[in-house]
Amino acid sequence: MATDSEAAEPAVPSLVDRYFTRWYKADVKGKSCEDHCILQHSNRICVITLAESHPVLQSGKTIKSISYQISTNCSRLQNKVSGKFKRGAQFLTELAPLCKIYCSDGEEYTVSSCVRGRLMEVNENILHKPSILQEKPSTEGYIAVVLPKFEESKSITEGLLTQKQYEEVMVKRINATTATS
Amino acid sequence: MFPLTKESKCVARLLLNTGTCPRCIFRFCGVDFHAPYKLPYKELLSELQKFLETEKDELILEVMNPPPKKIRLQELEDSVDNLSQNGAGRISVSQDGSIASKNSNLNVCNICLGILQEFCEKDFVKKVCQKVEASGFEFTSLVFSVSFPAQLSVREHAAWLLVKQEMGKQSLSLGRDDIVQLKEAYKWITHPLFSEELGVPIDGKSLFEVSVVFAHPETVEDCHFLAAKCPDCFKPAKNKQSVFTRMAVMKALNKIKEEDFLKQFPCPPNSPKATCTVLEIECAHGAVFVAGRYNKYSRNLPQTPWIIDGERKLESSVEELISDHLLTVFKAESFNFSSSGREDVDVRTLGNGRPFAIELVNPHRVHFTSQEIKELQQKINNSSNKIQVRDLQLVTREAIGHMKEGEEEKTKTYSALIWTNKVIQKKDIEFLNDIKDLKIDQKTPLRVLHRRPLAVRARVIHSMESHYVDEHHFRLRLKTQAGTYIKEFVHGDFGRTKPNIGSLMNVTADILELDVESVDVDWPPALED
Repeated sequence: MATDSEAAEPAVPSLVDRYFTRWYKADVKGKSCEDHCILQHSNRICVITLAESHPVLQSGKTIKSISYQISTNCSRLQNKVSGKFKRGAQFLTELAPLCKIYCSDGEEYTVSSCVRGRLMEVNENILHKPSILQEKPSTEGYIAVVLPKFEESKSITEGLLTQKQYEEVMVKRINATTATS
Repeated sequence: MFPLTKESKCVARLLLNTGTCPRCIFRFCGVDFHAPYKLPYKELLSELQKFLETEKDELILEVMNPPPKKIRLQELEDSVDNLSQNGAGRISVSQDGSIASKNSNLNVCNICLGILQEFCEKDFVKKVCQKVEASGFEFTSLVFSVSFPAQLSVREHAAWLLVKQEMGKQSLSLGRDDIVQLKEAYKWITHPLFSEELGVPIDGKSLFEVSVVFAHPETVEDCHFLAAKCPDCFKPAKNKQSVFTRMAVMKALNKIKEEDFLKQFPCPPNSPKATCTVLEIECAHGAVFVAGRYNKYSRNLPQTPWIIDGERKLESSVEELISDHLLTVFKAESFNFSSSGREDVDVRTLGNGRPFAIELVNPHRVHFTSQEIKELQQKINNSSNKIQVRDLQLVTREAIGHMKEGEEEKTKTYSALIWTNKVIQKKDIEFLNDIKDLKIDQKTPLRVLHRRPLAVRARVIHSMESHYVDEHHFRLRLKTQAGTYIKEFVHGDFGRTKPNIGSLMNVTADILELDVESVDVDWPPALED
């Protein structure tokens, strides 16, 4: 990763750079630093991931397990989608929980959808190997794929931060921490 | 020789007196050879009258005076009423006393509504042929299709009942099949006339169709009573304006009881005031198919036009670059382009190219020598360096099946330029050459998931060949099963294609360039240059 925030663009734009726009939500559900990053494809599909500032991705954290059982009656693993119009999908609101991450230090984190739409799939690869989530949070370690309604494809990003806005929030946070320490 | 025999006299007289034209009379008397129908109308009428005159009983009539008692009163009154209803001509008495309307050749037939009167004669055929010639189609044969108003079936049915009753008096029977069909007689007369006028044979298999549609607005409601009697025969169909189609009317006529029919519809049918009208005269040529293979040399060209919200996102398309020329030369109305699979905007198609077929709809020009097709191919190739076409040829509709078969079953070979995040050496990519028939599972790629169902596709990478470029790049040639998403096999699509190049090499890989090297379908047949 570039150490200089003003580094030249990487020689090769990544897959994410080429096809997706990054949107952010900071302090999701009021929980400090639990930042999410939503990758929005040009075809309106959204991939929900953890932002690099999320506690789970900080060094020293070990994930014990991940669960998609978000309530007694609802498991995101049971989501079944059929046909071109994705019938049968669980419908998500912005605050809908996607999964719970249990860490070895006893901390528990809930990942939320942040966008409204139909749940396409959750990432089963991180169930079997949680470390992928920390190694490649923006690609193989994604949490879920959500398909917003066609009419809402533009409006879903209204409550989210652009890359630039997110970076400003990060700067403010660091300054605030520095100030209080 | 007059085709009617003595046995038919009663029927013929009855029909003529009730307003039926000579040709329809022939039909109901079972005249089933062509020649009599082709005679001119006036001649038929006078011959018929002569034929009917040789009866011994003479009929003397003066319109305003009460008729003499010895004449069969009812019959006479009926026929007088009928003739005067026609509105044309007066009743006149000819020397030997037969009834004839002065201008009887102007009366519209109460069964065929004029179809077998003026509409099967040379003048009308000439009129249709003028339109055909003006339409600018090239043809060597034609199929003639004609459509009559549905109410003709009702009149035919009534006439059959009338004649059946009359013949019953002589203890003779008359089945529906003993009557010559209106359409058949019409075609006997008109086909040779069309052939002669246009200089081509009539062929039922011809792709060129001339169609004439008749209507008779005056009697449109003739059918309506059937809907009340047999409602289940008349279901409203979305595409049809009227529920009273020929099929539906025929079905109802087969169902309805004779007594019920006779209660609702006059028998004999009454004479109309006007003759049929021609609703439309149309020509159309069946589609022709042109096939070939195309190469795509641009990384900025979609296969089909890319238009979002009415705005074109990228200029032109493979489809348009090929089809526009064909549309012009074949003078076709529109086209349908299909190919054996397709490639992305940024992917080139090299090698022998990808098979395609274009359906040209309603072409006005259809005959081309192979030389002309070759020249057309050259023209397309000269007009653009983004695509090139080969093996351009005319094919049949059935042949298209071969192409689509290729899409599902045949293999394809590709060449990809791959980037790796980690530094690589030549030895790091050698193992790929040894992997044969690698099974992969591909979830529907995210980039198409908005329009495709979510599924997992099992595919096979048959073989690979790697070529080192530098520390972060190598070229990979692959031969894969049809339907494999190559880009996703390289970058892994968020781990949703497994295994992938990244996972096999334990790196983060991405694809920079992709070319289709070959589409392994052996259709269309290769042509020598």
